[in-house]
Amino acid sequence: MNQSLIQLQGIVKKFPGVLANDHVDLDICSGEIHAILGENGSGKSTLMSILAGLYRPDDGNILVNGVEQKFRSPKDAIDCGIGMIHQHFKLVEPFTVAENITLGEKQTSFILASKKLNDRIIELGIKYGLEINPDAKIWQLSVGEKQRVEIVRMLYRGSKVLVLDEPTAVLTPQEAAELFENLRKMAMAGCAVVLITHKLNEVEAVADRVTVLRQGKVAGVLEKHQINAQEMVRLMVGRSVVMQYARSSSSVGKVVLELNKVKALNDMGLPCLREMSLRVREGEVLGLAGVSGNGQREMAEIIAGLRLIQSGEVLLNGQSISNLSPRAIIDLGVAYVPEDRLGMGLVPDLNTLDNLILKNYHRPEYSGRWLLKPRAVQQNADTLVKQYQVKLASLLQPVKLMSGGNLQKLLLAREISSSPKLMVIVYPARGLDIGATEAVHKLLLELKQQKTAILLISEDLDEIFKLADRVGVVFNGQLTGEFPVEQADLEEVGLLMTGSRTARERINDNEPAHS
Amino acid sequence: MSIQEFLIPLLATAITAGTPILYAAIGELITERAGIINLGVEGIMLVGAVSGFMAAIATGSPWMGLLASMLAGGAVALIHAFLTITLRANQVVSGLSLTIFGTGLSGYLGKSYIGIPVAKPFDIMPLGPLAKIPIIGPIFFQHDILVYISYGLVIVLWYYMYRTRPGLNLRALGENPAAMDALGINVFLLRYIYVVVGGMFGGVGGAYLSLAYAPSWLENMTAGRGWIAVALVIFALWNPLRALLGSYLFGGIDALGFRLQVLNVQISPFFLKMLPYLFTVLVLVVVVARHKGRLSTPGALGLPYDREER
Ligand SMILES: Nc1ncnc2c1ncn2[C@@H]1O[C@H](COP(=O)(O)OP(=O)(O)OP(=O)(O)O)[C@@H](O)[C@H]1O
Ligand SMILES: [Mg+2]
Repeated sequence: MNQSLIQLQGIVKKFPGVLANDHVDLDICSGEIHAILGENGSGKSTLMSILAGLYRPDDGNILVNGVEQKFRSPKDAIDCGIGMIHQHFKLVEPFTVAENITLGEKQTSFILASKKLNDRIIELGIKYGLEINPDAKIWQLSVGEKQRVEIVRMLYRGSKVLVLDEPTAVLTPQEAAELFENLRKMAMAGCAVVLITHKLNEVEAVADRVTVLRQGKVAGVLEKHQINAQEMVRLMVGRSVVMQYARSSSSVGKVVLELNKVKALNDMGLPCLREMSLRVREGEVLGLAGVSGNGQREMAEIIAGLRLIQSGEVLLNGQSISNLSPRAIIDLGVAYVPEDRLGMGLVPDLNTLDNLILKNYHRPEYSGRWLLKPRAVQQNADTLVKQYQVKLASLLQPVKLMSGGNLQKLLLAREISSSPKLMVIVYPARGLDIGATEAVHKLLLELKQQKTAILLISEDLDEIFKLADRVGVVFNGQLTGEFPVEQADLEEVGLLMTGSRTARERINDNEPAHS
Repeated sequence: MSIQEFLIPLLATAITAGTPILYAAIGELITERAGIINLGVEGIMLVGAVSGFMAAIATGSPWMGLLASMLAGGAVALIHAFLTITLRANQVVSGLSLTIFGTGLSGYLGKSYIGIPVAKPFDIMPLGPLAKIPIIGPIFFQHDILVYISYGLVIVLWYYMYRTRPGLNLRALGENPAAMDALGINVFLLRYIYVVVGGMFGGVGGAYLSLAYAPSWLENMTAGRGWIAVALVIFALWNPLRALLGSYLFGGIDALGFRLQVLNVQISPFFLKMLPYLFTVLVLVVVVARHKGRLSTPGALGLPYDREER
C-alpha cells in the first residue's frame, strides 16, 4: 500500500448525550477507494465532517502527509485538498451549475468570467465522463445530476481527497456503476476516495479497504482480500441479517387503489404526471421503480390529498378520492409514509408522544371536549414504541435527535397502527442501515399479510425486487412498464428507469402501456 | 394650470420623497440577501437622522452629519448582528426591539434640537448640462447630491450583486449558508459585514430626512418610512432596480397627497397622509398574489445558521 495521505488518530466527538466518535483511527492512502461502513448513528458522517473541517473534534489529531493539521473551518480542510460531498447536497438551488462550481473559489477575478468557467467545466466533464450543462439551474436537475455537479466542483478545485457520504442512496444501478467508474479513474489519477455506503455489494465491488464503525468506535479494518459481506455484517451489527425474505404469496383481493389518467403539476408549475394510470390490489405490493424527480413523489402526495390533480381520477375501493382533503383521505384508511420523514412525516421539534398522535389526536380516544387525555396518549406511545422496537432515549425528547432508522420505525408505527387499507410508502429504506432496513421490510410484509394494499415507491431495485409482487417503472410522469416480479429483469428495469429509448421502444412493441 | 406645471414638480418631488426610503430599502435588501431580516430599520433611520443632524450642527458640515449617521446606523445594526448571528436570537424579535430602542434613543438625544435649523443642509445642486434637458432635467437632475449618489448606488449594487464574485457570494449567503460554509467561506464574518453595511444605508436614509428632505429634527420624523422600506424589499423581489422603482412610486404617492393639499382639493389631509401606507398594503397583496407565494425570497432568510446544528 502507498504512503498514508490522511491519518486520523484518536478522534473523539461528543454531542449532547451522545458520543458520536470514540477514539477513532483511520488511514487513507492516495490511489485507494476506502469504504466506511456502519449502522445508522455509528458516527460515519460525524467523522467525515471532522475531516472536512465542519465539526471540531473534542480530541485527536488529523495528519495530512504526516504533518499535523488543526482544521478551524472547512476552509482549512479545503486548503489541504480535502473535498466532501455531504449526505445532503450543499448546492444553491436557484443558481446555475457554473455559479455553484465557482462559488467560494479563490484567487480569481472580481468579475464573473462565465465563458472561461463554462469551458473549464465542459473540459473537466469530458476528461472524467461527467458531462453537465453549465447553464442549467440546480433545481432543474435530477439528484444524479446534482451529484455530478458536486463531483465536478471538487475536481475543479483540485481536491486530492474526495469524501462521498452515501452517494449511491439516490442513484439508479447504472448511475451508480458510472459513478464508481469515475471514482476509479480519480483514484488512478492519484486521488484518495472515501466512500460511505450501506450497500455491501458496492463495497465488495469497488473498495480497496474497508473501515467498519460501530457505536462510534472502529470495529475493524478489512483489506481488499478480506472483504466479504458476511464479515462486514458481523463487524457492523454483531449478528447475521436476513438478506432474502421468503415471498409469501398472500391472496390478492379486489382493487383498492386505482389511478386513471391522472395529470398534475409539480411545484414549479410544470407537468409532472402525464396520464398516469395504475392499480393496486388488496394484499399486494406494487413496487414502483424510477429515478426520483419523475413524478413519484407528486403521485404519492396526490393520493394522500396533498396535491391537486388537473384531470383524471383517483379511486379508493371504487370511490373517488380525487382532490379530497388529507383528513378525509386519512379517515378512508390511507396511510402515507413520505420521502421526507422529518419534514413531512414527523414534526422534528415535537416529542414522540405528540408525533404518534398527529393523525388522530382529535379522536375521542385521545381527546375530550377541550383537552387531550394524557394517560391515553402516554399509553399509546408506550405500546407502539415497545411493539415496533423503536430505540429512543426518552418519549419526551424531540424526535429530531433520533437516528434515521428509528425515525422510520416510529413513522411506520404510527401509520401501521391505524390499520390502513392502503399504504403509500416512499423510499422506505433510504439511508437506513441493513438492520433497520430489515426491520422496516418485515413490517411491510406483515402489513401485506393483513390484506393492506401497498404502493411502494423506491429507487432501490434490490428493495423492490425483494418486496414487490408487481414491478412498475415510472419515467417522466408515466408508467413505462409493468411486470410481475418473477418476469422482471433487473437490467431492463434499470434501463427503463433512465428512459433509455431502446428499452422503451421494446416495451411499446411487446407490451402496450398498461392502463 | 398646465399638466406640465403639475406633473413635473410632482415627479421631481416623488424622487426626493422616495430617496430616504430608497436608501433604507437598499440597506434592508443587502441585509436580507445575506439571510438576515432586520426589522429595526425604522429605529436605525431615526438614530441615523438624529445623529446626522447633531453632527451637522456641531461641525457645520452636512458631510460630517452623513458620516455620523452611517456610523450610528452601523452601530445599531451591529447589535442586531451580534444578537442574531452570534447568539442566534430570533431575528424578528431582535429587530422589533431595535426599532423600539432606536425610537426612544433618538427622541432622547434629539430633545434639545427640536426646532433648530441646520446651517448648511444638502442643497439643491442642478447637475450641469443634464439639468437643462427638457422634462428629464427638472425631474431627475435638479436635486441634492444624495439623490445623485443614490442613482449610482443602485446601479453599482445591481452590478455587484449579479456580475461580480463577491456579489454571487452575497446571494448564496442568503440562499444556503451551509453550502457556503462547506466551501470554506466565512459565513459569520460576511453576515456581520452585510448587516452592518445595511444598517449604514438605513442611517443614511434617516439623515436624508433630517439633512436634505426637511432639514430639521422632529421626534419620530421617519413616520413609518422604515417599515415601508421593509415592505418595499419584498415588492422589489430583492432586486435593487425594482427597489428604485418602488421607492419612487411611494415617493410619488406621498408627493401627490402633498400636492393635492397645496391645491386645496377637498379631501381630508389625514386621508391623503394615509395613502402611502394604504398603498404599501395594496402593493404587497398584489405582488404576493401575482407570484402565488412563490416569491424569490432568499431561501435561508430569517434562519440562524449553526454549523453543528442537526
Ligand atoms: N449535529 C448533531 N447534534 C447532535 N447529535 C448529533 C449531531 N450529528 C450527529 N449526532 C448524533 O451522533 C451520532 C452519530 O451520527 P452520524 O450522523 O455521524 O451517524 P452516521 O453513521 O452518519 O449515520 P447514518 O448512516 O444514519 O448517516 C448519532 O447518534 C446522532 O444522533
Ligand atoms: Mg450519515
